[in-house]
Amino acid sequence: MFAYIIRRVLATIPVMVVVALFVFSLLYLAPGDPAAVIAGDQATPADVERIRASLGLDRPFVVRFSEWAWHIIRGDLGISIFTNLPVSRMIAQRIEPTLSLMVVTLVLAVVIAVPMGVVAAWKAGSWIDRAVMAFAVLGFSVPVFVVGYVLAYYFALGLDWFPVQGYTPLSQGFGPWLSNLVLPAVALSSAYIALIARITRATMLEVLQQDYIRTARAKGAGQRTILFLHALKNAAVPIVTVIGIGIALLIGGAVITESVFAIPGLGRLTIDAILRRDYPVIQGVVLLFSFVYVLVNLLIDLSYTLFDPRIRY
Amino acid sequence: MALLEVENLQTHFRTPDGGVNRAVDGLSFSVEAGETVAIVGESGCGKSVTSMSILRLIPEPPGQLAGSIRFQGKDLLKLTEREMRAIRGNEISMIFQEPMTSLNPVLSIGQQIGEALRLHQGLSKQQAEAKAVEMLTLVGIPAPDKRVKEYPHQLSGGMRQRVMIAIALACNPKLLIADEPTTALDVTIQAQILDLMRDLKHRVGAAIVLITHDLGVVAEVAERVIVMYAGRKVEEANVADLFRNPRHPYTQGLLGAVPKLGSSLEGETERLAEIPGLVPSLKQKIQGCVFASRCPKVTELCREVAPALEEKAPRHVAACHYAEREAIAA
Repeated sequence: MFAYIIRRVLATIPVMVVVALFVFSLLYLAPGDPAAVIAGDQATPADVERIRASLGLDRPFVVRFSEWAWHIIRGDLGISIFTNLPVSRMIAQRIEPTLSLMVVTLVLAVVIAVPMGVVAAWKAGSWIDRAVMAFAVLGFSVPVFVVGYVLAYYFALGLDWFPVQGYTPLSQGFGPWLSNLVLPAVALSSAYIALIARITRATMLEVLQQDYIRTARAKGAGQRTILFLHALKNAAVPIVTVIGIGIALLIGGAVITESVFAIPGLGRLTIDAILRRDYPVIQGVVLLFSFVYVLVNLLIDLSYTLFDPRIRY
Repeated sequence: MALLEVENLQTHFRTPDGGVNRAVDGLSFSVEAGETVAIVGESGCGKSVTSMSILRLIPEPPGQLAGSIRFQGKDLLKLTEREMRAIRGNEISMIFQEPMTSLNPVLSIGQQIGEALRLHQGLSKQQAEAKAVEMLTLVGIPAPDKRVKEYPHQLSGGMRQRVMIAIALACNPKLLIADEPTTALDVTIQAQILDLMRDLKHRVGAAIVLITHDLGVVAEVAERVIVMYAGRKVEEANVADLFRNPRHPYTQGLLGAVPKLGSSLEGETERLAEIPGLVPSLKQKIQGCVFASRCPKVTELCREVAPALEEKAPRHVAACHYAEREAIAA
């Protein structure tokens, strides 16, 4: 088991290298020249050349990549072209709102979607099942920003239950923190819930056909025990897998949700950086998100052993 | 009063095209306390559905149960789901055909044996595990205190069936329904499992309803035999009587189809007798005798009038117009 964890952690290194290479290539692939942007409209080609040289943009690709990668390994993500602040500090300032949003969304989605899928599978073919499936289609097809604005309109402006926008740090109390996150989290989770509920239903439908479910019934086990112990534990591996894959959905959605609800998080930072072609910031944020994604999926792989004793590493 | 009295049981299934599949159609039989009764018949004759009906494990709908199943005087068909749950795994328990798939792969052996105990006897987790070890010892699993923490995939098929038996007997049931308990096992393991069942039956004193298509198994363990065909009982007798003197042409056919060990080595070149044709579709109500379409002795009468179950000899009933009747001794 321990050896396996080490192996898996080591196996993430090539993945991260490829990601880093790709992120670094953005500079070349993306249209627009940061030197020209910084130099401004009045600059002469010589000015632009000078700025490019001062940024080190004139050196060969391999040299720049190795140097950049070496810095990153030591935790130095570079200096923002625009604000002249270290990227790592900029990310550190913005990470709490985004992390909070993602954690609350994740918890909300799992707590709602899994029981929803279980009940839909149990009552397969009934109106409950059809309602869940209809919601799943809807949740997946309506964009996050539409859900976000609709929620803000009714529950913040109309009913005044939650703040319209903004973010309150956790250090100012759990209540205010959560109340600011409810609407964004609901908006962000709708597609995620749809995804998890569908997979839960499909997997549970298959598991409920199995002989050991009949054995559990013959023992006199109640419906809830059968569904949530005997069946769900067997269905867990595909479900947690899709939860992990869905993290990508959350990352993309978080960027949009933060814009809708004016949350000062990494999503906003990313959008601003893209608009300004602030490459070190873009690279830093994309690397961070990739790292989180790889890490979460590693944890999920390891969690399989908790659910299924046949999986041993 | 018999332990179990099934009367005119009808288990029908509505099919998606609006028809009705009469899987069990008017079956009656009874089981005395401590008795072993075998229900035999070929695939699709309704024997498994019968066993599932007794425990009310048939999903309703599409299933529909009618008639009565009296267990210790209580009609199981009239009980609520909650009352039924208190009987399942406690007073009546069941062993299934597929030991490889009937155990939950993600729960430990101890948990699975302990579940019924915790449910019906209110044992704590520790007590249930201790009892599980005891049950594993009883069914002859070596190193039970190690096995109790293991998972089904770590056990062989025969071991798993022993675990199934341990689960079924954990709460000292009065009735054990065994649905093809040895079919999926190697012959040597079959013998072990049958021995074990016979041994435990004496120890626990449970009655057994044994569902099988294997006449060898019947001869080995049963006291009384019910032959089912197309959802109905066609013959019932003591095991010795049935084997020595089968009255129904279907039973005669079944017995004729059993290969004898080494018969071809001893120069017997005769083909094994087979019963031509297939079990009739259960979707139409069958007029006349259910076996008429395959019976070698069929007549016009058989096709038109369904034969009633008659006592052809003492405690030996068969549903055939032509089965010879002996003078029933007073």
